[in-house]
Amino acid sequence: MLPALSRVAVCGGTHGNELSGVYLVHERLKRRKKSQVMEPVAVVTVMSNPRAVQRCVRYTETDLNRCFTHAMLSLSASEQTSYELVRSQELNSLLGPKGSAEAMDLICDLHNTTANMGLCLITYSDSDWICLHICKYLQARAQHPRTDVRYIHYDIPRSEAYSLDSVGKHGFAMEIGPQPHGLIRANIFMAMQEAVQLLLDWVRLFNSGAQFEGGSVDVYTLVKNIDYPRDPHTHTIIAAVHPDLQDRDFCLLHPGDPMFLSFSGETLRYKGKEPLYPFFINESAYYEKAVALSLARRRKVEIPAIRSSRM
Amino acid sequence: MSSRVNASYFPQAERVAIFGGTHGNEMSGVTLVNMWIKNRAEIERSGVAVRAFITNPRAVEKCSRYIDTDLNRAFTPENLSTASGDGLPYEVQRAKEVNQIFGPKGSPDAYDVIFDLHNTTSNMGSTLILESSTDYFNLQMVHYIKKAIAPESCMVLLNEHPHLKYATTRSVAKHPVGLEVGPQPQGVLRSNIFESMRAIMKHALDFIELFNSGVEFPACSVEVFRVHERVDYPRDTNGNITAMVHPHLQDCDWEPLNPGDPMFQTFDGRTIPYEGASPVYPTFINEAAYYEKQQACITTRRETLAANAIRKISK
Repeated sequence: MLPALSRVAVCGGTHGNELSGVYLVHERLKRRKKSQVMEPVAVVTVMSNPRAVQRCVRYTETDLNRCFTHAMLSLSASEQTSYELVRSQELNSLLGPKGSAEAMDLICDLHNTTANMGLCLITYSDSDWICLHICKYLQARAQHPRTDVRYIHYDIPRSEAYSLDSVGKHGFAMEIGPQPHGLIRANIFMAMQEAVQLLLDWVRLFNSGAQFEGGSVDVYTLVKNIDYPRDPHTHTIIAAVHPDLQDRDFCLLHPGDPMFLSFSGETLRYKGKEPLYPFFINESAYYEKAVALSLARRRKVEIPAIRSSRM
Repeated sequence: MSSRVNASYFPQAERVAIFGGTHGNEMSGVTLVNMWIKNRAEIERSGVAVRAFITNPRAVEKCSRYIDTDLNRAFTPENLSTASGDGLPYEVQRAKEVNQIFGPKGSPDAYDVIFDLHNTTSNMGSTLILESSTDYFNLQMVHYIKKAIAPESCMVLLNEHPHLKYATTRSVAKHPVGLEVGPQPQGVLRSNIFESMRAIMKHALDFIELFNSGVEFPACSVEVFRVHERVDYPRDTNGNITAMVHPHLQDCDWEPLNPGDPMFQTFDGRTIPYEGASPVYPTFINEAAYYEKQQACITTRRETLAANAIRKISK
């Protein structure tokens, strides 16, 4: 038995050039103005980084989605040296405060990636039954268009969790790719629109007291990030993601498999000892974070049946 | 034997440039040019000086398309003749510098050939972009490249449109050639796209070397797609887009679009058809950089151009 989710937030434009979320939020806000229909769930729709959205850039001074650690949310006004640091505290007041009883019950933060990842829910817990059940529900129903849905877990304690979704009592980033930044693809938009609708359907059902049967969900837990091979003196990149790895997110990578193809034609191989699942393969925004791809372990997590304690 | 009429003679191509980073986030050209600046071996050919050059270093540093204004629209006569000064947009100042090194545009001192390397988010494959239907040197070069990379294909886009033609960085040269390879997101380097661009440049330089050695290239014909119109997204009165490229059109660059075919899809799922009078061949479908230029795609018409035989002027 879990408390009902009475307050839900759908956020887009946390990165201003990830356009599925930007347009989804824009359309939701437009429809809200037009009709006074009350939705069965109290949903707050937020454009997280309006200045970045206006310029169609990821961020204006610093990555907003790295500004939600407890330390950064506690910076004094004089220490908030960027637009995004000021904005993260505004969002924390609106949707949090993080860690308090007033925080949103659930935050869904909409993102796109240039990587071929399908739809992923990315969160900090592998035992948050709400998030895991939502994932299971989406996996069964994301059909128009047919979308692969996966659950990614970053094993980071809540206080160090740096992204917007960590402000809510429950939360996840809903990441869909592949889509280049700065443009909108109809099929990707429709997949995200359907997923958000399914999410809100689930919340409504959950809040009405429906029971959701237990089962299992595959959880991908981040193990490590791999940088591009670089020139030791200049640090410039000297190889590209290998054609055999490009677009093969979530295809098991074995020791010895090709990873990079150098500009001089040499194949550089995965030197780890353990087969792992790659994701965020060749995400454009991660070049500056020195990440060519991320690697995860996969395991089945058993989830219990859940039901909301009726109010 | 070159006894037929209509052979065209051109001087030896002595100076050739390869531009990368005209848009700082189009990574194939940035990477290739930086590589060739460090190690020129791959681009060296006898009889010609080949120079690799980053045209917009500040945009490359920032990994953005441009700093103040699009460099690839900046080579207008007005910009190139304007007085230098602190108030100038970075790219206008840069255009003047590029024009000084590789031009002046329109003068006998200008570089013979300039290749400008670009990427697009559109599914255009490898595309060579020409600005004149009567530059037989360029037509023969693209004909040579197309044959050399077969069975891989390479489209030829011709932009000779009086209003839609624009003042490109490469237009400084006597023979400007654009090379556009996609699909690739901005800021991303894909291995296959990188290697395609590299292979095309190799054949382009081989052609120049052969031409310079005195080889005659016989008359030929080249299929091109001539720029016809640009089509914007449907927008509301505030200028916001109200529809997306339709899934049936998305990624279908170079395929025929007939009147009535789906073109856009509104956010609530309604189809907006193509309302032109005749079939066209769209390209640059959903290029991220063109949202701000009010362009969802460019429509083109197919045409076959005839190119005279060409040969180097013997001294």
